[in-house]
Amino acid sequence: MKIKSERDFWSGMMFLVVGVVFAIGAMNYSMGPACPPNDPCATSAWARLAQLSAHPGAGYFPLGLSILVALLGAIVLFKSLTIESENGDPIGGFAWKPLIIIVVAIAVFGLILEPLGLIVTVPVLIFISSLAGDEFHWKGALLNAVILTIGSWAIFIWGLKLTIPVWPVFIR
Amino acid sequence: MDLLHNLGIGFGVAFTLQNLLYAFFGCMLGTLIGVLPGIGPVATIAMLLPSTYALDATPALIMLAGIYYGAQYGGSTTAILINVPGESSSVVTAIDGYQMARQGRAGAALAAAGLGSFFAGCVGTIIIAAFAPPLTELAFKFGPAEYFSLMVLGLIGAVVLASGSLLKAIAMIILGLLLAQINTDVISGTARYSFDIPQLTDGIGFVVIAMGVFGFGEIISNLGRPAEHREVFTKDVKGLWPNKRDFMEAWPSVLRGTALGSILGVLPGGGALLASFASYTVEKKLTRNPRVPFGKGAIQGVAGPESANNAGAQTSFIPMLTLGIPPNAVMALMVGAMTIKGIQPGPQVMTSNPQLFWGLIASMWVGNAMLVILNLPLIGMWIKLLTVPYRFLFPAITLFCCIGVYSLNNSTFDVYLTALFALIGYVFFKLSVEPAPLLLGFILGPMMEENLRRALLLSRGDWTTFVTRPLSSGLLVAAALLIVIVSLPAISRKREVAFAAED
Repeated sequence: MKIKSERDFWSGMMFLVVGVVFAIGAMNYSMGPACPPNDPCATSAWARLAQLSAHPGAGYFPLGLSILVALLGAIVLFKSLTIESENGDPIGGFAWKPLIIIVVAIAVFGLILEPLGLIVTVPVLIFISSLAGDEFHWKGALLNAVILTIGSWAIFIWGLKLTIPVWPVFIR
Repeated sequence: MDLLHNLGIGFGVAFTLQNLLYAFFGCMLGTLIGVLPGIGPVATIAMLLPSTYALDATPALIMLAGIYYGAQYGGSTTAILINVPGESSSVVTAIDGYQMARQGRAGAALAAAGLGSFFAGCVGTIIIAAFAPPLTELAFKFGPAEYFSLMVLGLIGAVVLASGSLLKAIAMIILGLLLAQINTDVISGTARYSFDIPQLTDGIGFVVIAMGVFGFGEIISNLGRPAEHREVFTKDVKGLWPNKRDFMEAWPSVLRGTALGSILGVLPGGGALLASFASYTVEKKLTRNPRVPFGKGAIQGVAGPESANNAGAQTSFIPMLTLGIPPNAVMALMVGAMTIKGIQPGPQVMTSNPQLFWGLIASMWVGNAMLVILNLPLIGMWIKLLTVPYRFLFPAITLFCCIGVYSLNNSTFDVYLTALFALIGYVFFKLSVEPAPLLLGFILGPMMEENLRRALLLSRGDWTTFVTRPLSSGLLVAAALLIVIVSLPAISRKREVAFAAED
C-alpha cells in the first residue's frame, strides 16, 4: 500500500492512537451502575447500554469520545492510503532549530523563574529565543533584553500587580 | 421602550472614565496586533486573560472586546497598504484595496474600509441590543437535551464553515472534547486521566492550550519560513476622504455588506471571515459594469467586505452573550474570561449582571467610534511598527506568553505544559489539522458532558430523547444538514476555491 497523502496518513494515525489510549484509560472508570443479579442487562449488550445510560458514570463520555475519534482517525488513515492527492501531500521538513529552541526556552523559563526571579529569567529567555531567528546579533538581543526586562517589570509587577518573583532567592 | 432603556444603562456604564480608558486601550492593542502579521486576537486575548484577574469583569470584557474588533481595523490597514492581510478576514480587502493603493487611491480605500466598518459596527450594536432579550427568552426554554444539541450544532457549524478537511476538523473537535476529560468528574468525584499528578486533577488550563498551540505554534511555524520582501505604500497616503464618486459607488456595498455580515456573524463558525468572503462574492455578482473591474481596484470590493467583517465580528457576540455558547475561538476565550470572573455565561447574565451585559454592548459602539477617529490619522504610526524586525518581536511575544501562563496560577507546571503544547501545536501545523476546532471542543467539553448526562438521567437512559424533543431534534437535523450540504461536491469545490484565496 502506498501512502497517497502523507499528512493525512499521520493525522489519521495520531487520532487513532490517541483514541485508543484514551479508551484504554476510560476503562478504569465506572461506566454506570452495576448490573443487579438475574437482570436482562447481564445478557444483552443493548440492554446493558440502556442501563448504563440511565446513570452514566465517569468513564461513559470519555469512552464514547475515544471510540469516535479512533474511528474518524481510521477513516482518515484509510483515505490517505486510497485517495490520490497532488504530489503526495508531503509533510515537508521540520523546522528543528526554531522548534527545539522555543520549546527549550519556555521550559527554561519555567525552571528558573522561581529560583532566580524575573530579573534573571527575562534576559535569559530573550537570549535563548532570539537564537531561534534567522539572524542573531548580540547587541540587538541585549538591547531587546534590557527594554523587555524593564518593560515587563513596569507592566506586570508595577502596573498589573502580579505576584511574580522579581529577584533571585539569595537576594530576597 | 425597553431597548432605549437598556441602551441607556449600557451607555451609562460605557462612558465612565475607567471603561472608556479600557476600551481605548483594547482598541489600540487590537489595532496593533491586527497590523502585525503573525499574531492575532486569539493569541493576544489568551495572553491578556491572566491579567484580567486584577480587573473587574466589565472593564476586562470591554478591553478584550476592543481587541477583537480593533484587530479587524488593523488588519485591513496593512491589507490595503502593503498587501499583507494582518487578519484572515482582511484577505479579501487586500485584493482590491492594494490595487487602489498602487493607483494612489490608498486614502480612499482606507476611508471606505474605516467608514464602512463604523457604519456596520453601529448597526451591529443595535442588532445585538434589539435581539438579545428575545433570544434570551428562547434560551430559557432550553433543557439539557436542547443545550447538548445546540452545542453539537455549534461545533459542527464552526468546522463546516471553516477551511480544510471536514473529517479532520471534526476529529479535532472530538480531540478537544477528550482533552477536556482530563479533570475531576463533577458528578462522581473521580479524578480522570490525572496519572497521579496533582496539578492535572483540575484539568489543563485552556490558556495553556491556547497559548501553546496558537501563540507558540504560530511563532515556530513563522520562524520556519524565510522572511519575505514587502513593498510599503506609506508615503502616498493623502486625500483621506473619498470623493463624491467613490462615496456613491461604495455606499450600496456598505449596506449589503452590513446586512450579510450581521446574519452570518450569528451563525456558529461564522463571524468576520466568512462574512467578508461572502460579501466579496455578492458584490462581484451584483455590481454590473463597475467603473473599475474587480481585482483591479474596485472600491466596492473594499467597502462591502470591510462592512461585512465588522458586522460579523459584532454579531458573533450574540450567541455567546445570550446562550453562553461561543461560535468561534475568540468568543470561547471570552467565555473563559467570564468564567474566571465567576460569571456563568448564559441567558441569566442579562438579568443578573445587566450593567456588564449592556455596558459591553454599548462600549462596542464606543470602541468603533474610537477606532475610526483614531486610526485614520494614526496610520503612519502603525506602518512604522511594521518596520520593527521580527527578530525583536517574537522574543517579546514569547516572553509575554510565558509570563501570562505562569501568572494564571503561579504554577511552573503550567509553563512546562505550555512547552509541550507548543510542540504539539507545531505538529498540528505540519499535519495541516486545524487547532481552532480543538480549542472550541475543549472549552465546550465539560458543558457538553454535563448536559448529556443530565439529559440521559432525566430520560432514564433513553437516547431517543434528543430526537423526540422538538427543539433538540430540530437542532440536530440542522447540524446533519450542514454536514450533508458541505459534503456535496458542488459546494465543497466552492469552499476550496474560497479558501485557496486565503493561501
